[in-house]
Amino acid sequence: MSRFVMCLLLILMCSLPALANVTLLPVRIEVRDRAALQRGAKFFMNYCSGCHSLKYLRYNRMAKDLGLTTDDGKVDKELLVSNLIFTRASMRDPIEISMPAVDARQWFGRVPPDLSLTARERGPAWLYTYLKSFYKDTKRPFGTNNLLMPDVAMPNVLAPLIGEVMAVEKTSRSVSSPQSPLDLVLVTPGEMSAPRFDSALQDLVTFLVYTAEPVKLVRFRIGVFVLLFLGLWLLVAYLLKKLYWQKLP
Amino acid sequence: MNVLLNWIDARFPLLSTWKSHAAEYYVPKNLNFYYVFGILAFVVLVLQLLTGLWLTMFYTPTVTGAFSSIEYIMRDVSYGWLIRYVHTTGASAFFIVLYLHMFRGLLYGSYQKPRELVWLLGMLLFILLMAEAFFGYLLPWGQMSYWGAQVITSLFGAIPYVGDSLVTWLRGDFHVGSATLQRFFALHVIGIPLLLVVLVYLHVVALHKVGSNNPQGIDIHEHLDDAGKPLDGIPFHPYYTVKDFVAVLVFLMGFFAVVFFIPDMGGYFLEFSNFAPADPLVTPDHISPLWYMTPFYAMLRVVPDKLFGVIVMGGGIVTLLFMPWLDKSPVRSMHYKGVFSKYALAFFIISFFTLGYLGTVDITPIRQLVARICTVVYFSYFILMPFYSRYEAHQTPSSRIS
Repeated sequence: MSRFVMCLLLILMCSLPALANVTLLPVRIEVRDRAALQRGAKFFMNYCSGCHSLKYLRYNRMAKDLGLTTDDGKVDKELLVSNLIFTRASMRDPIEISMPAVDARQWFGRVPPDLSLTARERGPAWLYTYLKSFYKDTKRPFGTNNLLMPDVAMPNVLAPLIGEVMAVEKTSRSVSSPQSPLDLVLVTPGEMSAPRFDSALQDLVTFLVYTAEPVKLVRFRIGVFVLLFLGLWLLVAYLLKKLYWQKLP
Repeated sequence: MNVLLNWIDARFPLLSTWKSHAAEYYVPKNLNFYYVFGILAFVVLVLQLLTGLWLTMFYTPTVTGAFSSIEYIMRDVSYGWLIRYVHTTGASAFFIVLYLHMFRGLLYGSYQKPRELVWLLGMLLFILLMAEAFFGYLLPWGQMSYWGAQVITSLFGAIPYVGDSLVTWLRGDFHVGSATLQRFFALHVIGIPLLLVVLVYLHVVALHKVGSNNPQGIDIHEHLDDAGKPLDGIPFHPYYTVKDFVAVLVFLMGFFAVVFFIPDMGGYFLEFSNFAPADPLVTPDHISPLWYMTPFYAMLRVVPDKLFGVIVMGGGIVTLLFMPWLDKSPVRSMHYKGVFSKYALAFFIISFFTLGYLGTVDITPIRQLVARICTVVYFSYFILMPFYSRYEAHQTPSSRIS
């Protein structure tokens, strides 16, 4: 057991330098931007939902929060089913994948992780950087590798959008990422221009930030009222206290 | 109303209790800001018990269901997110309030005679609360829950001869698993809370027997008026009930600001890696407990030997129990103590904060050195106290509260 703790301590001491060789790119997230959320949801369903589930989020909850509703405030079933549900799931179901786990293990070595909480676990900047860090690597089974997570099992499903990215060895260390020995260079452009691709990723990450904590959309609003309510009570309590303490000699 | 009151009072000591513990319970008139944290700790305790009760209604204490049931609470239970955020914020708030409450004790010598028992009961509460927090932290069954419990329970393995068997006995298995989760759940929701409530009651009973200390450390019972009431005291009710009411509201505003606007507190109140379900096959890159345990965790990490590390960490907590007998100063309050006591307390607090920070980050050689120095400073505060508190020059307190 003591060996176990020593191992843990060793890992603690060694892990940081090994991981921190890619500087995370900042990304602006406005989780109340409904249009961005809708674009992000569309992007997710088209490019990610084949392999990645969002099992803690239900389709109808998502539709309601994203404003896919009819005039009376109910979920617009047709809009939802024809645009965002690609499986045989009902509206009330959680967002699951239809790929069997056995196949997933055979194809990728593991079941692709559920992404419901990834934005809270890793942070938006990590997700954004990760998706921008793929490059061509013929040594890997799917022909792609990732700078942030070397030898990751996931193929670069966004390659048709961004185009062909190559990793080149740095001649001189750039200021932006002083530790990274590789630089990514766009060789052949894809369907999207670089700014459009970045903007699409930003929408996707915004959507994932929302899925990680859907209640974020309401808790700020409720919070303001709770604080105002407590503030009023505080005023009353303070005046009462002043009244009583005035009586003291 | 009066009839009902008389009926009850004939069968239960209602009025006399109210009088002796509120309306005619005399408290020094000069209590300052630091004296609200006892009430605040009580408020947090009630919040934790209530939110905990509701969480228990929806939580599933099984290895396969725990993590999902937390997300079920966060998403599908009406206002479940609010109940859970109050509970998670409450855990950290409890320790903030308690650390300030204990700091008050150190600052004004509230542990000195005749309040030794109040201090001891309070320290037991502190230790129990750490246990409560530790048991509770396993329940979400996230990565940090799992690995935190794995590391902390493995510490008992450092005890010679019986260590390994003890660890297995504590976990109920050879690793943290289903048996561990279920016993931690039982201890978290019923075992420790019952003890906490009983000890809080005893803590208050012991306090009301001897009365509150005050920032000047003067005994108000030495100067009484003709009716036998302390000249420098005022009744707890209404004066301190209205004052505490203000404090509770200020506290709640801060508390709910965190709950609604920044419940994870940048990873300090809810660790980011705990949003991934426990995976016994993947060790997280960085294992650290929540902030309130990090000063003691830092002490554990800086000692190269495991058993000695555990002793140092335990010692960091246990030495606090001996405060009433380590402080040999004839005066209570820091107002009248000498310059050595003042510097010692300042260095102690600085080292405590530094250790707390160092416990949250990875070890580097320089941080290890700083943590070692801080550990030495931390213990010096206690070990040297009998000497500097006895021999330093101190001021003589006035006999009345000014």
